[in-house]
Amino acid sequence: MTTTDIVTIATRPRMERQPIRRLLARPEMGALVAALAVMIFFSVYTSNFMTLAGAGVWLESASTFGIMAVAVALLMIGGEFDLSAGVMTGFTALIVGVLTTNYGLNIWVAVVVSLAVALGVGALNGFIVMRTGLPSFIVTLGTFFVLAGIDLAVTKLITGQVSIQGMAKVPFYDTIQPLFGASIRIGGGVFYVSVLWWFLVTAIATWVLLRARAGNWIFAVGGALNSSRQVGVPIMKTKVGLFMTTAGAAWLVGMISLFRTSTVQANTGVGQEFIYIICAVVGGCLLTGGFGSAIGAALGALIYGMVFQGITFAQWDTNWLRTFLGAMLLLAVLLNHWVRTRAGGGR
Amino acid sequence: MSQITKTHDPIVAVKNIGKRYGAINALAGVTTEVRAGEVTCVLGDNGAGKSTFIKMLAGAHTPSEGEMLLDGEPVTFSSPRAALDAGIATVYQDLAVVPLMPVWRNFFLGSELTKGAGPFRRLDVKRMKTITYTELDNMGIDLRDVDQPIGTLSGGERQCVAIARAVYFGARVLILDEPTAALGVKQSGVVLRYIARARDRGLGVVFITHNPHHAYPVGDRFLLLNRGTSLGDYAKADITLGELTSLMAGGAELDSLAHELERSMGADSPVVKELEREAEALPEAAREELVPPTAS
Ligand SMILES: Nc1ncnc2c1ncn2[C@@H]1O[C@H](COP(=O)(O)OP(=O)(O)O)[C@@H](O)[C@H]1O
Ligand SMILES: [Mg+2]
Repeated sequence: MTTTDIVTIATRPRMERQPIRRLLARPEMGALVAALAVMIFFSVYTSNFMTLAGAGVWLESASTFGIMAVAVALLMIGGEFDLSAGVMTGFTALIVGVLTTNYGLNIWVAVVVSLAVALGVGALNGFIVMRTGLPSFIVTLGTFFVLAGIDLAVTKLITGQVSIQGMAKVPFYDTIQPLFGASIRIGGGVFYVSVLWWFLVTAIATWVLLRARAGNWIFAVGGALNSSRQVGVPIMKTKVGLFMTTAGAAWLVGMISLFRTSTVQANTGVGQEFIYIICAVVGGCLLTGGFGSAIGAALGALIYGMVFQGITFAQWDTNWLRTFLGAMLLLAVLLNHWVRTRAGGGR
Repeated sequence: MSQITKTHDPIVAVKNIGKRYGAINALAGVTTEVRAGEVTCVLGDNGAGKSTFIKMLAGAHTPSEGEMLLDGEPVTFSSPRAALDAGIATVYQDLAVVPLMPVWRNFFLGSELTKGAGPFRRLDVKRMKTITYTELDNMGIDLRDVDQPIGTLSGGERQCVAIARAVYFGARVLILDEPTAALGVKQSGVVLRYIARARDRGLGVVFITHNPHHAYPVGDRFLLLNRGTSLGDYAKADITLGELTSLMAGGAELDSLAHELERSMGADSPVVKELEREAEALPEAAREELVPPTAS
């Protein structure tokens, strides 16, 4: 964290005595305004965006990114990155796919095994980062490539293909599918259970951040690691826990995509780790740690989902999505910076 | 000074304690003690080994040699947590605060109050805010808003929050690493007052500084360090401020400084006269074992 960041954010509350300005200084405020703007734009510009059918589509799209963005936001507030978060969503789904279709393992057992492996990899990420003091950016870049390689090589070795087929024929598939892949029709729209998972994850993360001891520790280890150690915050437990949480969220998203489509590609999730980080930053997280919000990250993902589907509804070339995302990220960072300097100058 | 809380036995005593960092001998042969209701000052120039000394007391480093006694029993602290549990709290130079977090969260960081059980165990926000407010008020710090990030407070205020925190959490020994180093005259005075207040509450205070003028008014015992060795451990009755200052500056160095100034200011200059007097006042034993201080 730079000194300017500390000074500018630290000087915020001087203006927070006025309720409206207090609201404006919330980390997720920029994302809320942007989400409303995007929503209004596509509602006006396209005819089917603001319908039940349309909402079902963009909410579903936002949900899986939202779950990951919230977990990644916690990790970023705690001062770390996880570049293996994207590939982990595919990795966990492939474990279930391979174990059930090829080795005939009970699907419930396979799902639990997959979670255990994910948590193990997350813990390993955390331990390496904490033991060596290396930047998590580098450590998880390593894990990312290791997992990406395993996904392709092992899937091809075992199935001879680059995707898992025949999931739906696995015994007891129907007993577990609704948990992750159920949907209901409301009006003309299809709403998936993943949206509920997204809300649940956001609510729990917000509660933990603001009302649990662990939340205090997350802000502390990201804001000033050495100070945290000195006052007795369990920094190892906190950081490793954060990496495990991210991996656990990736498992949840892996299961959601597996049971919604009943198939999984060997390259699933690769490249999405940066989208999670963008959503978290758009939601107000500082790249340097110690500041941010779970609701903000969820809003960041909502923006992503709305733009992703809105571009399709508007029948534009979807390749513009990335350009938009990049511009959005720059805008968010500039806005954050501007708000903070204004707050600092307005004393 | 409060006489009521004084006891005859030291809370912490160290005997010939020392620390090596690999090949570097950072500290050797240090002996002193800390008593309830007393302030033990540790004085020395930059690099003298002051921080190294208190890190051993605080459990951040284990001594390479010597003995440490807690209430007369030998102890070794495996971690800062262990020292904390034994009632030894440390306020480090960087204050161990998280600038972006509110004052009340910083006050309770690592020792949060909770209510509820199991998965519903949650922070008792209201109680923590109230306690933070009243504890700071007791120490004479009036913060209107304990919700403001601690980074918005002045250096002196932050020191005081850190001291109030240690006092609240039942510290018996309070270690302060150069609390006045970065402060102006007025703020330093405020912090010295809180040191006296903590002492009057019956705490044993270890006050690290390189300024004898800060140490002498509040101190009961003075441990002088120079380049990793002890120049002596004096009770207040055995040493004057002048002697303390001379020892700190280093007798030999003072002599040569007097000569140097003589040339530029004339032998009759009052500054030179005072320097010469101070050099003479230096205890003979201390002058002999004196090593020229590092240029820093
Ligand atoms: N972790 C360390 N590793 C190696 N040398 C150290 C370490 N900490 C301190 N030292 C050395 O020990 C000596 C005493 O340092 P320190 O205790 O920080 O002095 P002070 O606090 O009095 O300025 C210095 O020469 C310093 O370079
Ligand atoms: Mg020091």
